[in-house]
Amino acid sequence: MSELSMFDVLGPNMIGPSSSHTAGACRIGKVGNKMSKGDISYVRFYLHGSFGQTYQGHGTDRALVGGILGFDPDDERIVESLNIANNLGIKYEFIKKDLGDVHANTVKIEIEKSDGETVEVMGSSIGGGNIIITRINGLDLEFTGEYFTLVVPHIDRPGIVTKVTSVLANHEINIAFMKVYRHTRGKEAFMIIESDNVVDQKTMDEIKALNGVMNTYSINLK
Amino acid sequence: MNFNSAREIIDLSNSEGKKIYELMIARETELQGATEAEIRKNMARSLEIMKKAVEDSITKDIKSISGLIGGDAKKIYKNESIKGGTICGAMMKKAIAYSMGVLEVNASMGKIVAAPTAGSSGIIPGTLIALQEEYDLSEAVIINALITSSAIGLIVSKNATVAGAEGGCQAETGTAAAMAAGAIVEMMGGTVEQSFHAAATSLKNILGLVCDPIAGLVEAPCEKRNAIGASNALISAEMALCGVESIIPFDEVVDAMYKIGRSLPFELKETALGGLADTETGRRIKKEIHNN
Ligand code: SF4
Repeated sequence: MSELSMFDVLGPNMIGPSSSHTAGACRIGKVGNKMSKGDISYVRFYLHGSFGQTYQGHGTDRALVGGILGFDPDDERIVESLNIANNLGIKYEFIKKDLGDVHANTVKIEIEKSDGETVEVMGSSIGGGNIIITRINGLDLEFTGEYFTLVVPHIDRPGIVTKVTSVLANHEINIAFMKVYRHTRGKEAFMIIESDNVVDQKTMDEIKALNGVMNTYSINLK
Repeated sequence: MNFNSAREIIDLSNSEGKKIYELMIARETELQGATEAEIRKNMARSLEIMKKAVEDSITKDIKSISGLIGGDAKKIYKNESIKGGTICGAMMKKAIAYSMGVLEVNASMGKIVAAPTAGSSGIIPGTLIALQEEYDLSEAVIINALITSSAIGLIVSKNATVAGAEGGCQAETGTAAAMAAGAIVEMMGGTVEQSFHAAATSLKNILGLVCDPIAGLVEAPCEKRNAIGASNALISAEMALCGVESIIPFDEVVDAMYKIGRSLPFELKETALGGLADTETGRRIKKEIHNN
């Protein structure tokens, strides 16, 4: 683990009441926003364990919807997020559900985009506002959003990883960690790239244009 | 520059002739790559959030999401039922009101700085802002104190835990009180040793305190435990500044806290299955709030 900053000890700055049930929930929601590029017409939140038990009392519902709208955990609009979503015509639903052998504060988010495509994000709020994303679109993986994170769905074929990393190298982006997850050989896979600096739009577009890369998502959590 | 214990901070402070906040700034600059100006600017932002929360709590009508708490800070701040408005004295009265106020703001989905957690977020702002007003201290002095407090919290985070779910309320409000006490001592001119005597005393005072929030919400007994934490910090700082020492050094108190925390049953660590949460009234309130 990286060394704690003084702002990890005295922080995060957040909308209350609970770093795990509110701030962490908002962050997981924000990953949903990023993975659907903000195009959301319907969203279902499956709430597991403590999330399911106390989501209203902790404002977990408003934090999740706030995150889906792209808000950070210290954004005061979280309090009004349900109304904001209503006004934008975004439908949402909260469903208590046992998601199996997962952390007590886990949520599975199912997003329906305007073109009917669905995006699934599952994550856990593990304390102090920190999160772990554990699944995207049915694929088990792991990242925390602690770094600038680039998610690159691609077709699993030889050489693709090198192509992506050389684009990053050309733009002087230093990779802190990188992992590749896949279902089966030759099918859809995910690269999770965590870097020290932000990956700009131009670099993202260059990666997206690579043969075999299906899309790029940049996740920058506060 | 880095440190893992109070002992190391004390040694570094004495060998380099630096205050705790100066060591903490040097560490942050080195490990996080931030400049001192950036650090101060970010901490000024944190202080601003803290002040806004205090201000809102004594001027606005606040109700928590569940309706369980709200309006208590105002009652204390504006109290006229006691002769002179207080039995604790002006300083303590403000610290109590402010620390409870921040918790009310937190429970009503207002903005706060987790210090070190949301549940204990009232203690550090409550004491430091009350002291700033009573002693007319500058913004820079309070920002230094916040940085000092973060160094103490860092030691607890590294060697134990600050989460109620892991260590009980002693880990949350105990750590917050220790952070505040040590910072107050440094701010008021005490030595680095005295800062850690104060921090040790605060943590010792509430060793064993369980986490038993009613209905699982960060509201009650949390709000009042922030008031107790604020007074705990002030009392411990006063002792240390007068030369009263903690017999057990801070690092060992932190170890003891962690051991106690781990040996607490899970019912008493934020699950809301024991303690006050599991009283007749606690269970009734839970039913009413979560309708189950
Ligand atoms: S009782 Fe539990 S939730 Fe409340 S302040 Fe203490 S540790 Fe936090």
